[in-house]
Amino acid sequence: MSEKKPSIQADLKENEVRNVNRETLGLSQRQIVVRRFVSHKAAMASLITLIGIVITVFTATGFRLGFGSFGVTIPGWWPFSITDIDPEGAMASVCNGGVTGCPTLDLKPSFIDGDGIQFGMHPFGTDIIGTDYFALVVRGAQQSLMVMVIVSFLGIIVGTILGAIAGFFGGIVDAVLMRITDMFLVTPVILIGAVIGFKFGNLGVVPLALMLGFFSWMGLARFVRTEFLTLREREFVDAARVAGASNRRVIFKHILPNAMGIIIVVGTLLMSSAILIETGLSYLGFGIKPPDVSLGLLISEYQGTFNISPWLFWWPGALIVAIALCVNFIGDGLRDAFDPRQERNISRKERSNARK
Amino acid sequence: MMLVIVFGASFLAYNLQAYSSNPLSGFAESTAVNKEFLMAKVIRDLQLDVPPPIRYFSWLRGALGFLWGDFDLGLNREDIPVIELLAQAIPVTIKLVISATILAIVLGISVGMITAIRQYSRFDYVMTFISFLLFSLPIFWVAVLLKEFMAIRFNDFLVNPQISTLTIIIASLFLGLVLAGFAGGTRLQFFLVLAGGAVFTAVTVTFMEFSNWFLEPSLGIFGVSFLALCNAAIVILLISGLESKKGRIAGLGTAVAITALYYPLQLLMSADASFINVVAIFSITISTGLAIGYAVSPIDRRVYTRIGLFTAFLSTFPLIIDRYLREFSDYLVSDAVNGRPVPTIGQAKDLLTTKQSENFWIAGLDTALHLILPTIALTLISFAGYVRFARGSLLEVLNMDYIRTARAKGLTERTVIVRHGMRNALLPLTTILVNDFAGLLGGAIITEGVFGWKGMGQLFNDAIRGYDMNLFMGVFVLGAFLTVIANLVADLLYGVVDPRIRIRK
Repeated sequence: MSEKKPSIQADLKENEVRNVNRETLGLSQRQIVVRRFVSHKAAMASLITLIGIVITVFTATGFRLGFGSFGVTIPGWWPFSITDIDPEGAMASVCNGGVTGCPTLDLKPSFIDGDGIQFGMHPFGTDIIGTDYFALVVRGAQQSLMVMVIVSFLGIIVGTILGAIAGFFGGIVDAVLMRITDMFLVTPVILIGAVIGFKFGNLGVVPLALMLGFFSWMGLARFVRTEFLTLREREFVDAARVAGASNRRVIFKHILPNAMGIIIVVGTLLMSSAILIETGLSYLGFGIKPPDVSLGLLISEYQGTFNISPWLFWWPGALIVAIALCVNFIGDGLRDAFDPRQERNISRKERSNARK
Repeated sequence: MMLVIVFGASFLAYNLQAYSSNPLSGFAESTAVNKEFLMAKVIRDLQLDVPPPIRYFSWLRGALGFLWGDFDLGLNREDIPVIELLAQAIPVTIKLVISATILAIVLGISVGMITAIRQYSRFDYVMTFISFLLFSLPIFWVAVLLKEFMAIRFNDFLVNPQISTLTIIIASLFLGLVLAGFAGGTRLQFFLVLAGGAVFTAVTVTFMEFSNWFLEPSLGIFGVSFLALCNAAIVILLISGLESKKGRIAGLGTAVAITALYYPLQLLMSADASFINVVAIFSITISTGLAIGYAVSPIDRRVYTRIGLFTAFLSTFPLIIDRYLREFSDYLVSDAVNGRPVPTIGQAKDLLTTKQSENFWIAGLDTALHLILPTIALTLISFAGYVRFARGSLLEVLNMDYIRTARAKGLTERTVIVRHGMRNALLPLTTILVNDFAGLLGGAIITEGVFGWKGMGQLFNDAIRGYDMNLFMGVFVLGAFLTVIANLVADLLYGVVDPRIRIRK
């Protein structure tokens, strides 16, 4: 950037434009998006954190695939499960004047005032009867992540299909589909979620997530429809038609790839709201029911013991916030990456370099 | 069309609820001798032998009754009319959410606009991070934290209000940083504002500690006049710019007039005051402000009148808050409160004596204290959305050609941003505002649950757990109807505030 030294102000803008162009020169749309996303620091950090959380959560205590008695249980590397009770371990770790089951996780290095960094038997502590809290939190996070994935997956599929059909065909099809969308839209998700959760909560997490997914596609359908309404008037669609493409081909090969941006962005927002709704429902008692575990359920169970054993309250909450925050930042990064109008964020340093 | 949407949605909800609940499930483990008889009674009362899609229409006939003046949403399972229950619950929910919503809107939009003006500054990055963080917080988690740190710890603190020097230093630096972030400017200005804000906070807090302010709080005439001057400065800055001499006269004159009115207005704030007195106070101050603004100059009279109006309106709040605060020490030591003023749950103290609850100021203080925690929680959660929205909206507007034209004309930066930028950026807000107000009634279910308020959320909760079909539908239809109406109002309003929409149609 600094090899050229424009002497007059007018060259400055041109120089910046050239810099931006040089970065995208000869790259496909996808490469530009990926490159932009990778350069978004907060989004990349969140992506790495989220992947870390997902891997830890799904490998730690083992994970069951399948329904009922048909299924494979993949064993985990963590020695305790949510049904193991370890009263001796809980008694062994005492803090705050006689409270048992304190977290053995110690992040104070020995040169400050601690015994050195160590995890101990129960890094997240144990609950009142001695169940390992790490296992409980991990199990809860598994549930929440599953709800998040299933809800957003279903929401994206249904929303995209309905929005695409409404936007592409227009007319009476559009009118009918949009009125149906409005019908679903006037019902607050939390109300529907409560009704569904009350019925399906005790069946486990997958039916609950499936049902929630069927009631969370409306926002996306509207966005996709608007996108399709503008895209179908564009020249490349006419070109495809002239070349003899069928409706299906135009929708899937020509318009949908151009609408991917909005779908992915709204999809990530759906994910972060799904995890908050699921934990909220479980907290109210409309979601996942004991003996199964969910992050919201853990919080509602242990909020009363905040003064005695605060870690029982901190860990699940921190995990919810961490997951939702990561997803939101990834969504922000994706929005920046997909938005063609977005001017690249030129940092102050680069700008002053360009000015030299 | 609207009715069709509400009809469809209610049909959907009715069947969903009917098929997913089983009012007879309670009898499964029952050992009562007359079990069969009880079951038959429930079936007859709730018409369980009629399939839900058909049962829906018998409910619909009552609900559609408003067309011929016979509105009926049925009885709940304790034979209380649903309409009565709703009428009791709606004011509670509105009371709970209204102040939080207004606070979130005002704070969110101002912070969002400042971040847009200072795009890519440190303040922008910090606020973006904070708004994302708040966006990801589950409200029930925030509520528990607030109960612990804002209520229980604050009440403990009031037993012996001593603040350590370290806390004062940290709090002062923090407030200074926030102020400096708002003000921006060159590096020197940044540090000047930071230092000024920090020193001011430190002095105020120390003074408050030594004057026993926390146990006997009041603003007094000095506090009120200081806040009035601050309000005047902000209003002048936004409307005419601080360099305008007449603007300064209008704003500061109004602030001085409010201070002069401090003692006369106390006559209106006696113990047997009522809501009418508050209205009277507001009309006195506002007419004073209007008169001063009007008298300042015959040229540009509207501008100065507006300065007087806004300054007077905003400065009346400190006056009234001061009156409430002066009841605090009595309230604190009364039997009902017993030295722990910030409650963690409930809508009002039950133990207040009749004399106390008839006193307008004590009753108001009681309500306000009960509202503190839910309001903070709700504000924190919804604040983030407004910040993001206002920021994006203003940024988009500032890239428009007419902003460039305005700058090229040589208008001051203040005029460009306030007159040309902010006004246009606020247009899309009408839609969001109206929808948010409609969503409020159904949206505070979790908050109501956590803080033990008996509003719409409580009714809804009862309806689902008690398999109460009519109650459920009452809550549901009210929410759906409000949403639909809000959409209609938003469309109409948008046409009013943005003439471009009308022309295009």
